[in-house]
Amino acid sequence: MVAIASKNVNFYYNDFHALKNINMEIEKNTVTALIGPSGCGKSTFLRLFNRMNDLIDGAKLTGEILIDGVDIYAKGIEVDELRKNVGMVFQKPNPFPKSIFENVAYGLRVNGVRDKKYIEQRVEESLKGAALWNEVKDKLKKSAFELSGGQQQRLCIARALAISPSILLMDEPASALDPISTLKVEDLIYELKENYTIVIVTHNMQQAGRVSDKTAFFYMGELIEYDDTKKIFLNPAKEATQNYITGRFG
Amino acid sequence: MKKMTGMQRKRITQKVAFSLFRLLSFAVVGILFWILGFIIVKGIGVVDWEFLTSAPEDGMTGGGIFPAIVGTLALIVGSMIVAFPIGVFSGIYISEYAGNNWIVKFIRIMTNNLSGVPSIVFGLFGMALFVNALEFGDSIIAGSFTLGLLVLPVVIRTTEEALRAIDDSYRVGSLALGASKLQTIRKVILPMAMPNITTGLILSIGRVSGETAPILFTAVAYFLPKLPASIFDQVMALPYHLYVISTSGTDITAARPIAYGTALVLIMMVLFFNIMASVLRKYFSKKTLS
Repeated sequence: MVAIASKNVNFYYNDFHALKNINMEIEKNTVTALIGPSGCGKSTFLRLFNRMNDLIDGAKLTGEILIDGVDIYAKGIEVDELRKNVGMVFQKPNPFPKSIFENVAYGLRVNGVRDKKYIEQRVEESLKGAALWNEVKDKLKKSAFELSGGQQQRLCIARALAISPSILLMDEPASALDPISTLKVEDLIYELKENYTIVIVTHNMQQAGRVSDKTAFFYMGELIEYDDTKKIFLNPAKEATQNYITGRFG
Repeated sequence: MKKMTGMQRKRITQKVAFSLFRLLSFAVVGILFWILGFIIVKGIGVVDWEFLTSAPEDGMTGGGIFPAIVGTLALIVGSMIVAFPIGVFSGIYISEYAGNNWIVKFIRIMTNNLSGVPSIVFGLFGMALFVNALEFGDSIIAGSFTLGLLVLPVVIRTTEEALRAIDDSYRVGSLALGASKLQTIRKVILPMAMPNITTGLILSIGRVSGETAPILFTAVAYFLPKLPASIFDQVMALPYHLYVISTSGTDITAARPIAYGTALVLIMMVLFFNIMASVLRKYFSKKTLS
């Protein structure tokens, strides 16, 4: 089943043509890695799926992004409803200056959930889902800032899971983390795929190779190649892809 | 003498430079302590409970300054009621909603201009608008509005800067969870900016409590035997009281100790607000972090 479909997508920052005619389908419950050199448009593409680019002045989109068959840029789409369904984890861990519990509960509260029991239950489930529960269950009232960088990032994942999205976007989620935390986050991504469709932007080739089922290579705003990760890494069809993954540029 | 190497010369230059910097910063602190010490030494003798709680007597050469303290406090509260909501909301609007278009630039330039206007001009403006046109008369309310306008730019700018200092990743993180812009500001951004906003607000209280010119034509009286009964009454105020007993009156020399006492009370008041600002700031940053 197709979770996300991009149809003839062109995207501009004022005069800059950031994405050029992207057509791509992302299957449900898979991990898709977006790779490419800096400035190739992969993060811009990722942020189209939860309309984060709306915040940028001078941004313009043509074409369609369909999530579960619905054009998310159509009139009448509520952006906050969309973002409940499409969660996002950022490059730098950005927990709020609140307690661990309140960080995870935040998404529920801003979406109008008042039921205390339900919130407690979701917080626990989400922290378990993000493989953080055992480390924090005795200090839920403590500030999120007391956690290590890797724990903070898993907290941000838990925070995104709490509002039960079906899609999880990750923008270089491990690039600010040490190797051990990175591995933990990668293991987590692998586990999460059972219940979520995950799209991850990464600069780390090994990471793309380890966690993803499919890989899309972007270059200069174009989708050069999109295929099974194995195929991309072992036997890419395009020379540019080959050059990039072997480290000849980028 | 041997010729100095480049390395030696560099070190000596550095030593000289830093000694100079140190001397200058100590000089600043020294001057501050000198002023404080001077006022304390001259004023401490007059300040007692009686002085703080009774009205002036004998043509200002005796008695206390209670009405002036009350007046100044009333003007502080009034001007804050005027300036805080307008200033904080404007700051939020400029920083979070307005984007970066010509309206915002215009507002910002105008705010800066407003803060450059001499306080006596605010006094005249306040007299024309609040005292005469709106017929508040010389009163707490007219003085409060005038003082409120005076500190408005400070409040707006502190709020704006405090909000801008918050990293965008928190806004984006909140919006990505389906929060609205208003929820993001209320639940994440404002609490984080609170320490800096509070500091700015309290410092502006310090400013208000010491201003004379804006209240000169709008609120204060030379001498009032009674405390104000409503916000439409005139008041006495510490800075103005200090001014009148130092420049006019039946016997300026006899009133001198009272002038120093008044100055001491005023300075202590401002100092108190500034200390409170840093205490509250610490309290808030602890609270937002835990």
